[in-house]
Amino acid sequence: MTACVKEARQASAALCPPAPAIWLPWAVAGVLLAAVVVAAFALGKFPMAPADLLRAVLARITGTESGLSPAQETVVWNIRLPRVAAGLLVGAGLAAAGAAYQGMFRNPLVSPDILGVSAGAGLGAVLGIYLGLPLAVVQALAFVGGLLAVGTVVGVAGLVRRHDPVLVLVLAGIAVGALLGAGISLIKILADPTTQLPSITFWLLGGLNAVTTADLAVTAPVMLVGLVPMALLRWRMNLLSLADEEAQALGISVVRLRLLLVAAATLSTAAAVSLTGIIGWIGLVVPHVARLLVGPNFARLLPASLLLGGGFLVATDTLARTVASIELPLGILTALVGAPFFLFLLARPGRGE
Amino acid sequence: MKRRLLLQSGLPWLAAAWWGVPAWAGPTGSTIAARFGKLPPPERVRRVFAAGAPAGVLLAALAPEKLVGWPLQLSDAARGLLGAPLRDLPFVGRLAGRGSTVPMETLVQLQPDVILDSGTAGATYISAAQRVTEQTGLPCVLVHGRLADHPAQLREVGQLLGVAERGQHLAAYADTVLALAAQVRATVPPGERPRVYFGRSADGLETGLEGSINLEVLDFAGGRNVAAAAGKGSLTRVSMEQILGWDSEVIVTQDPAFARRALSDPLWQSLTAVRKRRVHCAPSMPFGWLDGPPGVNRLIGVHWLVQLLHPAHPAVRALEPLPVAVQRFYRLFYGADLSPKAVAALLEGAA
Repeated sequence: MTACVKEARQASAALCPPAPAIWLPWAVAGVLLAAVVVAAFALGKFPMAPADLLRAVLARITGTESGLSPAQETVVWNIRLPRVAAGLLVGAGLAAAGAAYQGMFRNPLVSPDILGVSAGAGLGAVLGIYLGLPLAVVQALAFVGGLLAVGTVVGVAGLVRRHDPVLVLVLAGIAVGALLGAGISLIKILADPTTQLPSITFWLLGGLNAVTTADLAVTAPVMLVGLVPMALLRWRMNLLSLADEEAQALGISVVRLRLLLVAAATLSTAAAVSLTGIIGWIGLVVPHVARLLVGPNFARLLPASLLLGGGFLVATDTLARTVASIELPLGILTALVGAPFFLFLLARPGRGE
Repeated sequence: MKRRLLLQSGLPWLAAAWWGVPAWAGPTGSTIAARFGKLPPPERVRRVFAAGAPAGVLLAALAPEKLVGWPLQLSDAARGLLGAPLRDLPFVGRLAGRGSTVPMETLVQLQPDVILDSGTAGATYISAAQRVTEQTGLPCVLVHGRLADHPAQLREVGQLLGVAERGQHLAAYADTVLALAAQVRATVPPGERPRVYFGRSADGLETGLEGSINLEVLDFAGGRNVAAAAGKGSLTRVSMEQILGWDSEVIVTQDPAFARRALSDPLWQSLTAVRKRRVHCAPSMPFGWLDGPPGVNRLIGVHWLVQLLHPAHPAVRALEPLPVAVQRFYRLFYGADLSPKAVAALLEGAA
């Protein structure tokens, strides 16, 4: 097994020769991320002086009384902390899943919901809202819906042996996604237009405003379980960009590796979507931005996607809760902020791939 | 959601004609927004189709024997709180332009004498109704349906459908409730009215901005909507930080899941309303007291909320006890005789 890993690593290194270790960009990225997180903590609708924020943090570190009002304490520790943490986690998770899928399917148009995870989660959540179930059950239904959708896709694709397995997987994902999307539309038609329909619409546009510490405690471990295999397999991931036969010739069980990565990416995406609703765009475009910055080697692409995705979502969410007097749905803002930035990167002269 | 439909450019003349129509007709004006086709004389109207949920409730109250079916799905629990002909009426679907769920052919097959809709209709909606009349030959009547319209609406539609006397009777009830609310508003200046957060959806982070039709009951009952601080508009989502910043004295909702959550979730405990246990869940059976649909069903909601927000007001203290008022309303509007036990079950969480 270790020999196999070593071989894989060598093969992967041959494919993408490692650039000389440059620490500066990573340090810059780290500092930027930290700045975004600090800004996210400092800004919000509840008036809070930076000094009070500092006092709250210091008091928590030293274990003393901060002297702040209970409402201020609640804002810092029970509203902004889970919100920022969820932003980091969900952004990182979606971006990593997107990077993995794009590499796996050798297709730049692929996003984490290609195998129907968002549609499945959406149908689960919409059904929960339609039936008037409590929030925790709605979230659980979304999670299970996402897993079931991808499970169905993988199962169906496994039955088909005649065609290119990757193509079958993608096509099955599109078909199942369309089916589930029709289910969502059906429930929207049946839902009460004055009470349930707005909730359904808001859910489908995503947002971090309902995230609580308790939600995070349940979701974060699941997302990490999904992220760990991706991180461990980041070297072998490069080999999936080869044709299946070539990768197999290098001693890699392509089918098993792909299945494992699909499971990992699905787990983290389903957990993310069940927590926040459907947030589009991040999983599609953050991996591209990361690739423009660090190149296609998955060993570097993954950490870059994680950092960028987390930072981007926290930054967008900070905008979502500060630019207007109401909460703007995240799904709208991610596209509004992300698309121009992406176009700018794309049109930037002198850094052709 | 009709009111959110924007005036579209397809029918500019119609748009121009309706642009200046006020939100409600007022005490003297007619509540009829538009009528297409030739209506039969009142005594010959036997079957009426309700285009949407607000019209369904209006007809259920006015002429239950003429309603051909429900435009909305009703649960068994909701049907249990309705009187004889209403309880067993089938679901037939709604008529709402592209959002229609009733097939046009079913409509023709049902052959209602009139199609009735209630709401704040925009030009898109009105032109859609006109099209239905052109296509099916069935006459359509659209009436304004904001809270202040209800007395006049009950009278006028009662006359159109040949149930003028019943219309008068129900309108008198609506007048009494709205007059009570007006009296309270007249004596309690806006600055002294209780500050209320109206939480919607299971997480309670959905609310209505100033002027939202979904919160009309709150304004009428002499409450101040704290979310008005975030601007004018309709439904929106807000953050927990905003709710903490507003720190309302009272929280009302129609979602029992949210009411439970507000009372138990640690995050909500630093709010004044929660600490004082002033989280009130309005009943939603068979129709919502605050909203869902925005129809005559909200009249009991006005009564309830006035009592809840201004218990010490002289006009409120003279009222009959809430359970008696509820029994009276349900008999009058839904033809249902509720046992004291049923009323108590209905009011659970509302006090």
